[in-house]
Amino acid sequence: MSTSEIHDNPARLSPRGIVRMRRRAALHKFTRSFRHSPSGMVGLCLLGVFVVVAVAAPLVFPRSALDVTQAIANPFQPPSWDYPLGTDDSGRSVLALVVWGARISLLVGLAATVLSMVIGTTVGISSGHFRGWTGGALDRVTDWFLVIPYLPLAIVLATVLGRSMLNIIIVIGVTSWPGTARLIRAQTLSVEGRPYLERAKALGAGHYHQMTRHVLPNVTPLVLANTTLAVSISILSETTLSFLGLGDPDNVSWGSILEQGFQAGAISQGAWWYLGAPGVCVVLVVLAFNLIGRAVEGILDPRAAGR
Amino acid sequence: MSLDERRPAALEARGLEVAFRGRGGGGTAWAVDGVDLALGHGEIVALVGESGCGKTTLARALLGLQRPASGQVLVDGAPLGYRGKELKAYRRRAQLVLQDPTGALNPRHTVYEAVAEGLRVHGIVQDEEARVAEALSLAGLRPPERFYLRYPHELSGGQRQRVVIAGALVLKPDVIVADEPVSSLDASVRGEILALLLRLRDELGLSLLVVTHDLGLAWNIADRVAVMYLGRIVEQGPTEELLTHPRHPYTRALLSVVPEMQRLEPVVLAGEPPDPTNIPTGCRFHPRCPVVASGEAARLGIEERCRTGELEILTVSPQHTSACHLAINEGM
Amino acid sequence: MALLEFDDVSITYHSRGVDVPAVRGVTLSVAAGETLGIAGESGCGKSTLTSTVLRMQPKSATVTGEVRLNGRNVLTLPWGQVRALRWAEASMVFQGAMHALNPVQRVGDQLAEPLVLHNRVSASKAAVRVSELLEMVGLPARSARVYPHQLSGGQKQRVMIAMALACEPQLIVADEPTTALDVMVQAQVLDVLQGLVRELGVGLVFISHDLSVLSTTCDRIAVMYAGRVVEEGPAADVFDHPQHPYATALAGAFPRVGDTRYRYAPSGLPGDPPFPGDLPVGCPFHPRCPGAMDECRMAEPPLLQIGDRRSACLRVHSTGERS
Repeated sequence: MSTSEIHDNPARLSPRGIVRMRRRAALHKFTRSFRHSPSGMVGLCLLGVFVVVAVAAPLVFPRSALDVTQAIANPFQPPSWDYPLGTDDSGRSVLALVVWGARISLLVGLAATVLSMVIGTTVGISSGHFRGWTGGALDRVTDWFLVIPYLPLAIVLATVLGRSMLNIIIVIGVTSWPGTARLIRAQTLSVEGRPYLERAKALGAGHYHQMTRHVLPNVTPLVLANTTLAVSISILSETTLSFLGLGDPDNVSWGSILEQGFQAGAISQGAWWYLGAPGVCVVLVVLAFNLIGRAVEGILDPRAAGR
Repeated sequence: MSLDERRPAALEARGLEVAFRGRGGGGTAWAVDGVDLALGHGEIVALVGESGCGKTTLARALLGLQRPASGQVLVDGAPLGYRGKELKAYRRRAQLVLQDPTGALNPRHTVYEAVAEGLRVHGIVQDEEARVAEALSLAGLRPPERFYLRYPHELSGGQRQRVVIAGALVLKPDVIVADEPVSSLDASVRGEILALLLRLRDELGLSLLVVTHDLGLAWNIADRVAVMYLGRIVEQGPTEELLTHPRHPYTRALLSVVPEMQRLEPVVLAGEPPDPTNIPTGCRFHPRCPVVASGEAARLGIEERCRTGELEILTVSPQHTSACHLAINEGM
Repeated sequence: MALLEFDDVSITYHSRGVDVPAVRGVTLSVAAGETLGIAGESGCGKSTLTSTVLRMQPKSATVTGEVRLNGRNVLTLPWGQVRALRWAEASMVFQGAMHALNPVQRVGDQLAEPLVLHNRVSASKAAVRVSELLEMVGLPARSARVYPHQLSGGQKQRVMIAMALACEPQLIVADEPTTALDVMVQAQVLDVLQGLVRELGVGLVFISHDLSVLSTTCDRIAVMYAGRVVEEGPAADVFDHPQHPYATALAGAFPRVGDTRYRYAPSGLPGDPPFPGDLPVGCPFHPRCPGAMDECRMAEPPLLQIGDRRSACLRVHSTGERS
């Protein structure tokens, strides 16, 4: 249904129907603009490949491929037809490791980002909306988290909480939100100054209504654009923490492959495929999210596109 | 239409004072400093003054958006309570229309959502669409369905202001406070919006307080005019009487610089309105008063009182008051 | 010779492959010591038209016709000469110019900047000139040492006027210089501008949407609608006895206080100004015109001279011919 039709025949629609239709139209417009962004599409395709691989991992390689005891090939075997990405120090296929690792890296990256965005947006909007004591306190907390060096805090948290996938997600989530909170707070403050908030207050709107109906929709584009950029940082963080030996010992991720390769002396053995394969995967996924993030930012905030 | 003595005013300020604590060593600013003002049922009152005179603060205080330091806001004769529930109930009855309709509408809300917002805030779910449609038609956006899905940026300035007005009307208020409702609109659209406000008063019996610096607007629609200077009402009375026979020198000066009033010799007051953190003694207008400056006040023997005596509000005629010693001295 | 002449000026914007005619064939002139008021609503092309005087129109705009300043066509001058002409021969006072002052520089230094740039005077001479300029706009000489935030809106606007005067231009273009100012401050600023025209003999082009302001300050007023001049004539005549129905509406929008005709009768026009890219056929004003006739929908009426006034309305033309 074209927009002119919507304008001409809204009488048949209930208010809810109107909202739904409008959302669908907005989504349609967004996807159309996104399709016209070459870099965004490249990023999306690249990401799509990784997602398909991660989802299909059990179909390609059985879980037993990760089992050291069932590895039959020679250790540190260079890439060949049987082992396209060579083998590791225990004779496992590096391709199988990388494919299975994609599951954990993507999952941890996305989950940690969602956590970080939820915390960051909540704190950002609240500290921008509530002036005075509450806002000041939230602001100080944000500052505090912002100035603490991220890596030591993450290491301490990971040590205290123990080594598991959930804990890695929590650690990345609670250490990476302050930047988001700062950004959202600034945007909230500019929205708070708008007369439509004054109008909402005069209508009798409470804090919850003001924050969810007026502030949130106006900061959402920023949150979305920021999310895609933050995913790449989360994936890098997961890699870093796993490389430092703080990852989940029961699961393979790109970071833990790198760690294991490093520990096993892949560098002195000249086993470039061992470290190169997960490394390139991290770079490609980060690149994909960045390309998508820039494209989304450009569509949602046309002023940023020209920069 | 005028104030009915037997029925309490729809909205009234009694001895209202609003103070802002100064920042960085500045003293307390008395933005509103003892205001008595009543708005009768079905009456249009124009609150006139320069920017910084406290007229917007007074309007906010009357709407309960600003808590007074002392004094009372009376709604239908009963003092306004500031507890959450009481305020929320009051918000249904008194609505605000802001100066800049572009800013007053959330750019991400459709017209329908903007108008329905009041209903949703107050949990009125019955016949939402019918109520929105009625409010839009009342505000002159017909047929209302055509506007439901429009975004503010797709509308003209006049249409946006009509949406804001519809958003105020949807809760069927008794009182609307409009802060410079037409000053950001194109000249040819102004009259239409003012005509709409007049029609709403006539058809719905709304009481309207219009905050403005524009005396032409007051002449167009107001029943009564209150002139504010430095936190206080210095003169108020019926529009015809006040604007054609002003008693206060400040009102006279304001009138004389209205570009359309070429028959008056312009009295351009020097300087800006003084600082509300530092209110002069005596009559607060005396440092800029042309009557004092020309020595006429001295000749009449009131200069001493102008400079030091605390000024009360003097009655010129039953409806017309003026806070100036001249008002009595001229012996009318 | 007139100081400034617009000769059949048309300005077209190109946006997304669509031609948007912002100004369509405007002919106007201003002599030294004369004030021309240009009235109209947002989007009528008045600011676009005057931006050509200093060649400040957007790059994407195509300009035809001639804009002559002291007889030279500004549109074809080499860029070097255009830069020399800015400030020195003609200068502008913008709407909301209060925000055009640099907040971290003293007012005096900002005023001295064009002097040093254009006239290449020494710092001490510039300081003397700065106090002169401040005095001219009714500000004490000590204002030179303050920062912009220490001044009020009206004072800042006067600083902007002083800045426009710095290089002794022959022409000043004031684009809504009093919008957003209070009536009392507006009166002060208008006083300053009128004094300059009277004492220095500069030409002033005064743009405003408020016909009543123009009527008190200007010698002549041109009313623009949809990119064209629809009425032009002596200021008092245009304001008191407007001929074109649009000029009538503008004059009525700011009522005379005390005139019982306007009491409880605000006058306005239905509808909104047309979008310049999508003008109605015929007279662009006919959809909003209370007296539109069938002929008005056929062709756009020309701007005809009758006596010392020009008007682009068929009704005015027919009564003019009869008398």
